[in-house]
Amino acid sequence: MLGMGAGRWEEDMSRLLALLFHQGVLDEHFMQLQQLQDESSPNFVSEVISIYFRESEKLLRNIRTLLLDRECTDYKKIGVYLNHLMGSSSSIGANLVRNVCVAFRAASEHCNWAGCLRSLAVLEHEYCYLKNKLHELFQVYYIQTICMHSS
Amino acid sequence: MAVASEAPFHVLAVDDSLIDRKLIERLLKTSSFQVTTVESGSKALEFLGLREDLERPSSATSCQHEIEVNLVITDYCMPEMSGYDLLKKIKESSAFKDIPVVIMSSENVPARINRCLEEGAEEFLLKPVKLSDMNKLRPHILKGKSKEDQQRSNSNNTIDFSTINSGSRNNKRKANEEGLSPERTRPRFSNNSTNSLTVL
Repeated sequence: MLGMGAGRWEEDMSRLLALLFHQGVLDEHFMQLQQLQDESSPNFVSEVISIYFRESEKLLRNIRTLLLDRECTDYKKIGVYLNHLMGSSSSIGANLVRNVCVAFRAASEHCNWAGCLRSLAVLEHEYCYLKNKLHELFQVYYIQTICMHSS
Repeated sequence: MAVASEAPFHVLAVDDSLIDRKLIERLLKTSSFQVTTVESGSKALEFLGLREDLERPSSATSCQHEIEVNLVITDYCMPEMSGYDLLKKIKESSAFKDIPVVIMSSENVPARINRCLEEGAEEFLLKPVKLSDMNKLRPHILKGKSKEDQQRSNSNNTIDFSTINSGSRNNKRKANEEGLSPERTRPRFSNNSTNSLTVL
């Protein structure tokens, strides 16, 4: 019975991943993360994703702080933070977040404050969506692993 | 000699991004390289034993630091010292100019690529780096090694062996003797296709 349960969870994970790929939220570099995980590095994916969450949230907070004062916004610094977020998003396969960063960077290069605020809102929204979906994915994966080990 | 030829090649990876350091480390280890990661160009030079004020590795640090590096792979965009600056410093040093250097960048800028290649970089990889990119590294290391062997066999005819008591070759042997060869376990990938979601 538990063996059948594992199969069902695997289906759920497949469906969720397929959806995220279809939406352009994730790309093939996310699959490479999984390929790099093995017995010698069994927690590689969750380690990298945890670092990504921690760093991204710090970057987003910093960017929001920089946009607080319209008069003296340091657009160059925003650009630096965005480059960092773009790089790490691209490395883990977070395709949609990366693309939103590209659009945001254009607004910062034009010193367009309103455009930056709008872009930040979109970025925060897409980042939240990604984080929620990845948490869901990991939950399903861990349940699947437990089912597999129990059967 | 048999031990030395079996030891994996040692790559020094330089990147200011923690995620990218973790990734490149895994990519390299999965491809059977020994890896050291550092977060900046200055740390890389320090690891190589090449300080700003000295052209050659100092004898004071030579015991700890002269672990042979077979290849340097570095990010281009880094604060303070860029990958290009690091490349220049390595190529300008008499001790390390023959170490192959590979540059990584998330941006495909032809002028940047040409600049690096002209300065002596062996290869320019576009980020995010893939597992298949790791296959491009070994040829550069082997090319350098065969050149080194040829130079040594040429100099053997003219220099008395007993006067040679320094240089990377001895240090490599020293590093092996000190038990610095890493684990050689070959990781097993999932047999499924890349579209499959089975995580090991």
